[in-house]
Amino acid sequence: MSDFFTVSVLVATLASGIRLATPFLLSALGETIGQRAGVLNLGVEGVMLIGAYAAYITALRTGSVVAGVIAAMAAGAAMGVVYAFITVVMHATQGISGIGIFLFGLGFTDLLFRQQVGTPVPIDGLRGLDMGGLSDLPVVGELFFQHSVLTYVAFALVPVVWFAMNRTTFGLNVRAVGETPEAADTLGVRVNVVRTQAIIIGNVMAGLAGGTLALDVGIFQQNLTSGQGFIAVALVYFGAWRSSGVMAGALLFGVVSSTVLQLKTLGIIVGANSTIAAMAPAILTIVVLVLVSRRIGAPSALTVPFDRDN
Amino acid sequence: MVEPADNTAAGATVPLSATAELRGQAPASPMLEMTGITKRFPGVVANENVNLVVQPGEVHTLLGENGAGKSTLVKILYGLYRPDEGEIKIGGEPVDIPSPAAAIDHGVGMIHQHFMLVPTLTVAENVALGLHGRRGLADMGPVRERLMEVSERHGLVIDPDAYIWQLAVGERQRAEILKALYRDARLLVLDEPTAVLTPPEVDDLFATLRSLTDEGRGLIFISHKLAEVMVISDQITVLRDGQVVGRTTPAETTREGLASMMVGREVRLGREVPDQDAGDQRLVVDRLHVRGDRGNISLDDFSVQVGSGEIVGIAGVSGNGQRELAEAIFGLRPIESGTVQVRGETIAAPSPKQVRRRGVAFVPEERMRHGAVGEMSVSENLMLVDYNKRPFVRGGLLQFGTIAERCWELVRRFTVKTPALSTETSHLSGGNIQKVVIAREFSADADVLVVAQPTRGIDIGAAEYVHERLLEKRAAGAAILLITEDLDEALQLSDRVVVIFEGQAMCNLPRAEATTDRVGLLMTGVSEEAPAPA
Repeated sequence: MSDFFTVSVLVATLASGIRLATPFLLSALGETIGQRAGVLNLGVEGVMLIGAYAAYITALRTGSVVAGVIAAMAAGAAMGVVYAFITVVMHATQGISGIGIFLFGLGFTDLLFRQQVGTPVPIDGLRGLDMGGLSDLPVVGELFFQHSVLTYVAFALVPVVWFAMNRTTFGLNVRAVGETPEAADTLGVRVNVVRTQAIIIGNVMAGLAGGTLALDVGIFQQNLTSGQGFIAVALVYFGAWRSSGVMAGALLFGVVSSTVLQLKTLGIIVGANSTIAAMAPAILTIVVLVLVSRRIGAPSALTVPFDRDN
Repeated sequence: MVEPADNTAAGATVPLSATAELRGQAPASPMLEMTGITKRFPGVVANENVNLVVQPGEVHTLLGENGAGKSTLVKILYGLYRPDEGEIKIGGEPVDIPSPAAAIDHGVGMIHQHFMLVPTLTVAENVALGLHGRRGLADMGPVRERLMEVSERHGLVIDPDAYIWQLAVGERQRAEILKALYRDARLLVLDEPTAVLTPPEVDDLFATLRSLTDEGRGLIFISHKLAEVMVISDQITVLRDGQVVGRTTPAETTREGLASMMVGREVRLGREVPDQDAGDQRLVVDRLHVRGDRGNISLDDFSVQVGSGEIVGIAGVSGNGQRELAEAIFGLRPIESGTVQVRGETIAAPSPKQVRRRGVAFVPEERMRHGAVGEMSVSENLMLVDYNKRPFVRGGLLQFGTIAERCWELVRRFTVKTPALSTETSHLSGGNIQKVVIAREFSADADVLVVAQPTRGIDIGAAEYVHERLLEKRAAGAAILLITEDLDEALQLSDRVVVIFEGQAMCNLPRAEATTDRVGLLMTGVSEEAPAPA
């Protein structure tokens, strides 16, 4: 165990924790926007898988990481349109519709992968930025200045989302339709349009989160996300529908994941124990949800479809 | 933005007979003309060929019972419903109002009965909602400034940075009115604005309304409180079953006349309640302390006694501990300290079952949530209390023959209008659902009744009926605790009136001393206790 508590290992673990937090953060921020507008999307996992596959196949075919990122976001947007149609237009029950999106994403990406790729071919994924002197700084350089650009984008989105929610008319509309859609409606806010916008933005971010994951590891495989999308939904509750809280949760889960990986790599936990340790994020999710379950602050109209005639 | 009729003409507006207005003989074009409005819902005609003309500077009251079509009509005007037939003109121009946004653009504002405010946003944010900020930014500075200006001009004091959830009901209503005035609504619709206010607040509201008509704005005022309608209205249009059944002015009619138009038959207002001395103390609530849903103190040392053959009215503005009082007595809410005694016996740990076993019946305020199960049939609802007693159950099996007999008897005796016993209860009207609840509760051998808001939202006929049954129970010697936010009801029926304010009993007045003014003032929390010590 003493192997773990060395400066170099701890720094490496934290740095990789920040890296692993990136997909959590992107998808959970997106889910926050949707939920603030009153729409629960349990299908984040499925959208992430589709985004991951879109990024992988595009990067594989074009050799361009940028094209992969764009493809991931476009795939997310497409899934957003689908989900908005199901929940906003057709008023389907959100919980079960999200599960449907998840199952669709899981099966569909697996099918495409088998048909289009077959055996896994690695791609040139994301690289850490080289910020010259900053990146070379001891400790601080490794922790903060050697990440890929998408990690910086994700963390930059934290204040951006806060600003959008609290200082723009769009954010005001989103908060109003998530809380009291009838009131927003009587002031001429088009509730279902605002919700559709929020869903699409959220799904673009979920797609990007999946793309980040695939481009980070440079590979696609069945169920690549392995539950991260569900954890992202939990993080929204953990973060009490605030971007800063969501960021704290994403970092916590990133660091727990990297610690488990590091302990395995160092051979500190082996065999059956390492399988159990791999469950740590799942167990942490349950513990966190039990602890925050009674917290008030959820948007009042979360999961409630809006129809003027009701 | 279409400008409504020039308000300089307001001074020239004289009360005109409605028929003259309809023939288009008014000097200036009216602010609003709704002609031949028809709106059908599956199975119901909510509005049938309704005409409504509103002049600038007038308060035009829409009067009618629940379900008469008042709300449908103003929802059409506000773009929340599309009419099936009919035409709307504003300032003489035909307009199409497909959405609330269009209504706002035409200068229509609406004060909803259930306030359309987002509780988690501030007053200023609620006002700014739906406005287009510069470059998409929600800049609250200018909004706050203009809001303060509007608020000062109309004497509607408000803190623009307060969150709606922090505000009292009266303040919320001010926020709701300001929202419309901020958008410079020339025609304001007020849907039952006085339902949630104390009498002094109603006076303030009416002063505000008068200042608005003085500026040439037109007001559509919806109410079923006849006394208020007589005070505030310039014109009155009465609706019944979706049709206009009369147009009049306060000068031309009386409260009785209005009530008869609403109901469609002779109505005698006011009720003679024979004097009757109270007997032994049946229900004693002693120094009760109870917390509300959010852990706040909702009953603070509250005591009340009800004797046999007595109705004690608990009057007060909604949310001052009435619901918690009923729930605590009935074992639905934990008691922190204090006792509830039935016939001198303290109920140690009250539960609904124990309380009922001691002969207490309960008519809860929310009939669809706590009084009846909407998805269950009429007969199932009628049997909810007695289903496990003989002769309705034998050997664990429900005796459907006996049950049906019993239910038909109740339906006849309490004049419940239902096509069948198997009808789903939620398909009945509010008045008939309340009759089902009352039939169930009053038919039991209970002689202590806790009755909360028994006539809220039901029509005059059904309300009269409920009052008769209450007085019948009183004559038979039952002890009745009547919790009501309807001040007229409390004063009319109660032998004694206890005003509840912030969980405290403000007074315990015998009938003769309980005047509207006195009780109304107590409801606002103004204590009567003499400042000087005895």
